[in-house]
Amino acid sequence: MTLDTKATVRVLKERHPEAILHAEDPFGNLVVTIKREDLLEVCKTLKTHPDLDYKLFLDLCGVDNLNRNQGPQFQAPYHVHLQGKGPGGGTVQNHRFEAVYHLYSIDKKHRVRLKVPLEESDLSLESVTPIWKGANWFEREAFDMFGFQFKGHPYLRRILTHEEFVGYPLRKDYDAEERHRLSRTYEVVDIEEVLAKPKEDMETGERMVLSIGPAHPATHGVYRFQVVLDGERIEECQTEIGYLHRCFEKMCETHDYNQVMPYVDRLNYLSAFMNNVGYCMAVEKLLGIEVPERAMRIHVILSEFNRIMDHMVCIGTNLVDLGALTNFWYFFQPREEIYSLIESCCGARLTVSYARIGGLMWDIPKDFIPRSKEILKKLPKFINDVDKMNTRNVIFRRRTVGVSDMTAEDAVDWGFTGPCLRAAGVPYDVRKAHPYYGYDQFEFDVPIGTRGDVYDRYLVRMEEMRQSIRIIEQALKDIPEGPVITDDKRVAMPPKEEVYTNIEALMQQFKLVMEGIQVPPGEVYTYTEAANGELGFYIISDGTGHPYRFKVRPPCFAVFQAFDSMVKGGLIADLVAILGSLNIVAGELER
Amino acid sequence: MEFNLIEILLSPVTITIVKVLLVFGGLMIGILYLTLAERKFSAYIQGRIGPNRAGRYGLLQPVADGIKFLFKEDVIPTHVDVGLFVIAPILALTPALMLIAIVPFGNELILYGRRIPLQIADIDVGIIYLLAVASVGVYGAIIGGWASNNKYSLLGGIRASSQIISYEVSFILAVIGIVMTYETLRLSEIVQLQDSFLNWGIFRQPLGFPIFLIATFAETARMPFDLPEADAELVAGYHTEYGSIKFGSFQLAEFAHLITSSAVMATLYFGGWQIPGVAVNESPSLALSLAGVGSFLVKTSIIIFFFILVRWTVPRLRFDQLMQFGWKVLLPIALLNIFLTGLWITLLRSRGLASAPAR
Repeated sequence: MTLDTKATVRVLKERHPEAILHAEDPFGNLVVTIKREDLLEVCKTLKTHPDLDYKLFLDLCGVDNLNRNQGPQFQAPYHVHLQGKGPGGGTVQNHRFEAVYHLYSIDKKHRVRLKVPLEESDLSLESVTPIWKGANWFEREAFDMFGFQFKGHPYLRRILTHEEFVGYPLRKDYDAEERHRLSRTYEVVDIEEVLAKPKEDMETGERMVLSIGPAHPATHGVYRFQVVLDGERIEECQTEIGYLHRCFEKMCETHDYNQVMPYVDRLNYLSAFMNNVGYCMAVEKLLGIEVPERAMRIHVILSEFNRIMDHMVCIGTNLVDLGALTNFWYFFQPREEIYSLIESCCGARLTVSYARIGGLMWDIPKDFIPRSKEILKKLPKFINDVDKMNTRNVIFRRRTVGVSDMTAEDAVDWGFTGPCLRAAGVPYDVRKAHPYYGYDQFEFDVPIGTRGDVYDRYLVRMEEMRQSIRIIEQALKDIPEGPVITDDKRVAMPPKEEVYTNIEALMQQFKLVMEGIQVPPGEVYTYTEAANGELGFYIISDGTGHPYRFKVRPPCFAVFQAFDSMVKGGLIADLVAILGSLNIVAGELER
Repeated sequence: MEFNLIEILLSPVTITIVKVLLVFGGLMIGILYLTLAERKFSAYIQGRIGPNRAGRYGLLQPVADGIKFLFKEDVIPTHVDVGLFVIAPILALTPALMLIAIVPFGNELILYGRRIPLQIADIDVGIIYLLAVASVGVYGAIIGGWASNNKYSLLGGIRASSQIISYEVSFILAVIGIVMTYETLRLSEIVQLQDSFLNWGIFRQPLGFPIFLIATFAETARMPFDLPEADAELVAGYHTEYGSIKFGSFQLAEFAHLITSSAVMATLYFGGWQIPGVAVNESPSLALSLAGVGSFLVKTSIIIFFFILVRWTVPRLRFDQLMQFGWKVLLPIALLNIFLTGLWITLLRSRGLASAPAR
């Protein structure tokens, strides 16, 4: 335990001695289990106490402990049948459900995981939306997936699945192979009802309800906004997501750890490699594996290339929505070259699956360094050209400056991370605050904005691309020699010659192929700075070879929930500009 | 019966028919290839190749597009007002084509001793015809947006009407500056008066020209004023529900408008068919007349390419900014321009100097 994390426990024990059931810190993640009744009070202390200062609400997820084994001596059977056993059967804990909160303090740089045990008979708990605005969608998701009843939530409805959906898909007794169960009665959600506006006001000349999306040119992906318009001015907006929900987390529970890799590619598919890295880091931490130096360096280089591409798409599409069409296609050329570079490493361009638990699939090609340097030489020209064309353009500035201003407090309260948070003036970057994979060896700056508007988000992304170039330039200078994957027998395939000559290597190969990577029981939350912000992976292993619970903390999920309040009072054109500036990627948002 | 072939061929009626066919045909081909030119040019700007599958360098692409538009099923959605829905594309296309009739595209052509003015209709109220016909074009967008019975189309139609009506005021005031300077409404005379470099409209009306240029951008609904169809906001605005040749007509209208507006701009501000440095001849030789036509085409093309360049460079304005700019910035400047022009003319007259270029 470090001093800081002790402070959290100390203050909580001082203030709420009755509330704390348990405290521990596995893998350096401080975990505090508290009673359900005291949740609201504890959260208030966590946020407002000057020593704790947990202002950033990162994540909330549910966990179903049905049939879960947590003991370290437990011998995992090859396959655990998840269905068919009621509560009380198998190795069930004394409480079936847990609500798990992840909180972070930007100033104090400490984190806490808050666990609230829930009995199956009563799944109600207090909503923390009055404390953190950013808890809104996360609570809806927990309601959607587990049926938690959040008392005091302003709008507790299903978010990722359809209104007609029956059952709670992430509960362990919901069979993953079951088809969607839908109710016969579909309760039509009418925006007029939702917004409690007088009916005669609508459609009679005063106001108009316009449905933007799901298929609309500005929704790069599929979302739907129901907006109430007065002329072209937006009075109310209601965002509907879930069109691309594909039960990613449920699928992971039935796959082994290596099979999850292609799924994480498809989270933020614009920068797939960064998802690979984030996921591997979580499993490596559970296993206690060190990644070789060389692999770390390649992780950094390719992650930064991915960040550049991601920002290029974001800036390009944002400008397309504003009407400046050229920039998007102009950025195609550098992106093509980076894609080709990645292709030369692993054979895939978009969804790469290049990283492996413990390192990389295989080494980079021989001409990687000269090719990267070649690309780095060309990149500034493209960035500068777009910069020259737009940054001081009067029309562009008038369209973006002051559109959806966001104060630093608001941004933190909504759970913003990444460029959107930095545009609001909060210099939080995981790479600086909690360096991983040797980011502390590189010199780079964290650009921040002042107003948090569309223009600042654009500027921050532009500058981040330049900083990424700086990082890559430094990283390319001295790539360490050596292996690119750990030699830990639990994760790495043995060399082929040994498989044919050595019985132990043969066994190792067989077990890895047939059973997959065996991860000891435990829970871990790891975080990396992805292109959109803090990408967190919360993985619970029960030692079976499959993740027991797999939760992704998607950065744009937190950002997107602020959208309704951001567009209020603006015009349709502003809605489009704001949407483009947030860089919402449906694959990551809806999982 | 005495029968003189040349007499018949060069009779005013025949000549007018030939001119109409030539100009109209030329305009249509110009529109077709303008679509290709715009795509190629934008591709060049963006570091792409552009259409290159149909014919060499994609030269048959417009033909392929045309065939596609003609042979696609002409769907009329069930929820539209059928009558207005069908009329709208026609209303959009016709005025755009009609404008070209008054544009003098060359000096007089002398054939077998007959003087043939290279202009379809040299009417003495040319400017008024120009303003009248140009303002009819907006009905296509309004009616199309209304008849489509679709919220996006309606918003597009409303945007089109308010935008074009707002900028029309500045457009007209800018043209009035030209009328005051040259003291005529006849376009052929305006061109003849721009006989030297300094007599060009752009130098005579240095403040009026930018107003006219901006208003033309708005009138033709080109970037940065393409709000009526703003694809990222309103899907495709007033022509969202249109398909097949009806959609094609809207597209043709847009490009026709672009060409005719550029031609009018070349006529009013860049000396029309005048060749810089070459004096106007009372009886120009055939070569000189044709060179004048060439000069006119070159000027028009340069203006068109300027329009294309701007389109692929700048972002779109927002609706409220567009209105504010139109009424609070452009209109006062246009009024100021008229005032300054009047002051200038009065000053010159009071000193006994001619205000208009010598006829």
